[in-house]
Amino acid sequence: IRHSYVEILDAKTKDKLCFLDKVEPNATIGEIKSMFHKSHPQWYPARQSIRLDPKGKSLKDEDVLQNLPVGTTATFYFRDLGAQISWVTVFLTEYTGPLLIYLMFYFRVPFIYAPKYDFTTSKHWVVHLACMCHSFHYVKRLLETLFVHRFSHGTMPLRNIFKNCSYYWGFAAWMAYYINHPLYTPPIYGEQQIRLALIIFLFCQIGNFSIHIALRNLRPPGSKTRKIPYPTKNPFTWIFLLVSCPNYTYELGSWLGFTLMTQCVPVAFFTLVGFIQMTVWAKGKHRSYLKEFRDYPPLRSPILPFIL
Amino acid sequence: MASSEEDGSVEEKENNNKKRTKSAVATAWLTFYNIAMTAGWLVLAMTMMRFYIQKGTHKGLYRSIARTLKFFQTFALVEVGHCAIGIVRTSVIVTGVQVCSRIFMVWFITNSIRQIQNEESVLLFLVVWTVTEITRYSYYTFNLLNHLPYFIKWARYNLFIVMYPLGVIGELLTIYAALPYVRRSGMYCMRLPNKYNVSFDYYYCLIIVMLSYIPLFPQLYFHMLRQRRKMLHGEVIVEKDD
Repeated sequence: IRHSYVEILDAKTKDKLCFLDKVEPNATIGEIKSMFHKSHPQWYPARQSIRLDPKGKSLKDEDVLQNLPVGTTATFYFRDLGAQISWVTVFLTEYTGPLLIYLMFYFRVPFIYAPKYDFTTSKHWVVHLACMCHSFHYVKRLLETLFVHRFSHGTMPLRNIFKNCSYYWGFAAWMAYYINHPLYTPPIYGEQQIRLALIIFLFCQIGNFSIHIALRNLRPPGSKTRKIPYPTKNPFTWIFLLVSCPNYTYELGSWLGFTLMTQCVPVAFFTLVGFIQMTVWAKGKHRSYLKEFRDYPPLRSPILPFIL
Repeated sequence: MASSEEDGSVEEKENNNKKRTKSAVATAWLTFYNIAMTAGWLVLAMTMMRFYIQKGTHKGLYRSIARTLKFFQTFALVEVGHCAIGIVRTSVIVTGVQVCSRIFMVWFITNSIRQIQNEESVLLFLVVWTVTEITRYSYYTFNLLNHLPYFIKWARYNLFIVMYPLGVIGELLTIYAALPYVRRSGMYCMRLPNKYNVSFDYYYCLIIVMLSYIPLFPQLYFHMLRQRRKMLHGEVIVEKDD
C-alpha cells in the first residue's frame, strides 16, 4: 500500500501544526481529524475545520483522502471553530427551561406575584388550558429531540447555548408572567375564541409532528443524505406540495393559535419574532434545495403558500 | 432584423446605462442630503452660540433650538434607508442603532420631560452632537465631491475619541435626571388589568436603556477605532510610497 503524507498548517499564520506520515490513502477527513487531535489534545475533532484552501470551505468528515485533489503529500489548512457543544444538549437545555419556568409561574411560586397569591391557581379555565398546551408543546419538542430528529451537524459553537437559552427562557418567563397573573383578562370572545384557538393549536401540533416524522424517514439512521421531501399518505404532509419547510408553517400556526387562546401581547410578540427567524431559515433552506436539486418542484414557496 | 447576439449586447448596454443613471441619481441625492444636513447642524450651532452669548446662560437654550433639532435629527432616519437600498455601504444595524438612540433622546426624553430641558447635561450632549454631526456630514459631502481636505478627515477620525464618551455621559446624566419626574407622573405607563394582558413601566424601561449603554457603547466605540486605524493607517503607507 502506498501511504500518503498529510501536513496540517494554520489557516491564518501558515505555521506547520502537524505532520502525519503513514496515512492510508482511503482514510477519511474524520480519521485525519482524530489523528490531529492526538498531537493537539485541546482541539477535539468537532472544533476542527480542515480545508484545502485557507479561505475555502470546510471539508466534510466523510471525504476520502485519495478522492481529493492532492498529491502524495496533502497540505490542509486548519481553523479552530471554538468550543463546541452538541445540538442535542443545546435543544434539551433550551426546551427544558421554558417547560419548568412556565410551571413556576402557573403554580405562582413565591416572589413573583404579591404574597397573598403564593401557591394559588387562576380562576380562569383558559389559564389551565394554556398551561397544558404550553407544556405539551415543549414536552413534544424534548421527545422529538431525543427520538425523532436526525441532525446533519453534531455540534454548534458553545456561545449559541447562551444566546438560545436567553431567547427561549426569557420569552417563556415574560409570557408566563402575564398569562398566570392574578389580574389576567380572559379572551374577549370567550369560549368561542378559546375553542377555535385550541383547534388551530392541536391541528398544527399534529401537522408539525407529521412533518418531523416525514423528514426523519427521508434519512436512514446514522446517515447525512439529503433528499427532496414529498407528500406521504398522511394528509398533514400534503402541504409539501406548496411549501418547502412546512414544519415552520405549522409552528407558526401553533403559536398563532396560542396567541388567540391567551389574548396576550407578549405571546403575539414571541410569535412574530419566531416567524421572522423561521422565515430567514426557510428561505435559506429553500435556496439550498433549489441549488442542490435540478428537479425541485417549482410550485413550492419557502414558508407560506404562494406568499413567502 | 437584429440577430439575437446583437439584441443581447443592446440589452447589456441598456442595463449599464440604467446602472450609471441610478448611481448618478444616488450620488446627486446623497450630495444634496449631506450638504443640507451640514447646513442644518451649522444653523443649530450658530443659534446655540448666539443664545449663549446674548443671554449668558444655558437656561432656555433647548427651547430656542428644539424645533430645528427635532427636524434635522428625525430626518436622519433616511440614512437607514440609504444603507437598506445599498447606496451607502454601511451596516443597516449600526446606522439603525445610532439613529434610533438619537431619536429616543430627542423625542422620548428631552421633548416629553420638560423639567430636565435646562439641565447642564442636555447642553453637553447638544454641543457634542453638533460638533460630531457637522464633522460627519461635511466629511461625507467632500468625499462625494472627491475633494476631501485632510483636516476634515483628521477631525472625523480623531474628534470622536473625546466626543463619543462625552456624549454618552451627557445622555446618561440626562436620563438619570429624568427618572424622578417619570416616576412621579407615571407617563407612558400601562397597568394591569387590560384586555392585551401586558404592562409597561417607563421608569424601569429607562433603567434598562441606561444599562444597555454598557454593552452597546464599547462595541460602537471600538468599531470607530478600527475604522480609524484602517483609514489613517492606510494613508500613512501611501505617503511613504510617494
